[in-house]
Amino acid sequence: MTDGGTKPGGAGTLALFLGLVLILLVLAVAFATAIGDYRIGIGTVFLAVTNGLGLTAADIPPIEQSVVWDLRLSRALVAALAGAGLAICGAILQALLRNALAEPFVLGVSAGASTGAVAVIVLGIGAGSLSLSMGAFAGAFAAFALVALLSNGATSGPNHTILAGVVASQLFNALTSYIVTTSGNAQQARDVMFWLLGSFGGVRWPDFQLLIVVVLIGLAICLLMARSLDAFTFGDEDAAALGVPVARIRLILFAVTALMTATIVSMVGTIGFVGLVVPHAARYVVGPLHLRLLPACATVGAVFMVLADIASRVVAEQQVIPIGVVTALVGVPFFAVILYRARPQT
Amino acid sequence: MTVIARNLVWGVRRRTIVNDVSLTVAEGETLGLIGPNGSGKSSLLRLLSGLKAPQSGRVEIRGEDIARISRRALARQLAFVQQNATTDTNVSVHDVVRLGRTPHRSALAGWTAADETAVATALTRVDMADRRDQPWQTLSGGERQRVHIARALAQSPRVMFLDEPTNHLDIHHQIEILRMVRRLDVTSVIALHDLNLAAMFCDRIVVLRGGAVVACGTPAEVLTESLLRDVFRVETEVALGPDSAQPHIRLKSDPQAGR
Repeated sequence: MTDGGTKPGGAGTLALFLGLVLILLVLAVAFATAIGDYRIGIGTVFLAVTNGLGLTAADIPPIEQSVVWDLRLSRALVAALAGAGLAICGAILQALLRNALAEPFVLGVSAGASTGAVAVIVLGIGAGSLSLSMGAFAGAFAAFALVALLSNGATSGPNHTILAGVVASQLFNALTSYIVTTSGNAQQARDVMFWLLGSFGGVRWPDFQLLIVVVLIGLAICLLMARSLDAFTFGDEDAAALGVPVARIRLILFAVTALMTATIVSMVGTIGFVGLVVPHAARYVVGPLHLRLLPACATVGAVFMVLADIASRVVAEQQVIPIGVVTALVGVPFFAVILYRARPQT
Repeated sequence: MTVIARNLVWGVRRRTIVNDVSLTVAEGETLGLIGPNGSGKSSLLRLLSGLKAPQSGRVEIRGEDIARISRRALARQLAFVQQNATTDTNVSVHDVVRLGRTPHRSALAGWTAADETAVATALTRVDMADRRDQPWQTLSGGERQRVHIARALAQSPRVMFLDEPTNHLDIHHQIEILRMVRRLDVTSVIALHDLNLAAMFCDRIVVLRGGAVVACGTPAEVLTESLLRDVFRVETEVALGPDSAQPHIRLKSDPQAGR
């Protein structure tokens, strides 16, 4: 599956790049596991991890074992997977919609998830039996279904699909605001706001187990369709002329990205900008071919998110800044550069 | 490869755009499609290449209805060159021409020597071999068109459909491209606006008006003063060349002069 070993930026460069980023990822995860408000010696952290892996049975305080293994490591790994998933989704949607500004939430998935989450938090739908995550997931899929319906199964062309996404986002954002303003109290409004901006605070190992399955399967499907994605460079009709079953590929990939995004959003909230910024950064390094771009997005997205999570925890003492705030603070300048470079050349 | 269209009908909502078109493109032939704006040339090309499905009628290659052939199998035999297709992605000339190999490669198969040969040959054919690493965004309109044609050639097609391929080219490259397409060992169908170029490079010409075929035959048979007056509403003077095969069309500036 190597591509173009003869040209600059060939398979060797990609392997080197992926290797470097993976090393960076391991370091970032280790760092994320070692730091926190509860100070634990680096030796203890290491032993706690090896204990958790079943490699050692060192005698360390159960509280420290639990903080390192159950809280920090699971959190760091979920952050890595969320970053990888969002970056992959962003790359796919940018290709399918032929729009440099497309990102995972462009099809209304995050707005739908918010409505679902708010319905659970504020209205108490499900009366405790339905978790916030399940509400968010249901909302996300409702929004995706609406977009699929409005855009005729996503067959009406990129702009039409984006417009359908805008319509769905507006509708669900309005519903969210309506529910919060009419039924919520101040504390609930704050909870909702915090959730919307994203947080890895509540994640545990079961979240990791679900997410790794979803992200790896999603990545595998997208890699199998990487060639077809390249063929979309000059639009849908051109892809069809190159032998790509356009309608089928597009529907499958929209569904896969919606599923990945919905799973991530339902776990950690809507974390913006990773899905927009990382694909552009990765494209800049490894080029536009998707067989190279997607693995690069996955690894860079993972590192970016782990680092953002670390930043969100250490920037302010005794406080956790919502992760979406951190990614946006990094993402906005990047976005500005893209806009500047994409201006009409006249 | 022979392409046969039988009673093709296609339209949008109630408007019929292609109206009962039947035609045969013989093996190795270069067929020109001419007609005024909105006469259905582009739509007919898309029906012939299977990019659009006809409301009724069918297209056959090797006696088989193309609606029953998978997109991928079709793309190994038919190539389509669109008008003005462009992208915002930062791809190189080589990247674009490589796309032509898409129907020949499985999902994860490597890049083979045959793929590279096809790409290199295609680039040489359109005189872009030394520009393979140039970014797409820096190409002129004519260069882009040549790269698109190279990409279609890299598909190793048996039949090529070209929708006004010379649109953005200077006269030299218009003639180069058409001469090249004609010399290729493929059947080709070309929508053209320039009547003299159609006369020069097409074996036969089909004239469309209102989505229907109004004339079909060799350039000398089709390109007559009366037909051009009738279909294009222009007054012309048609002179036959020395071999009386290739008509030359001179437009008259004064519409009264022909009366």
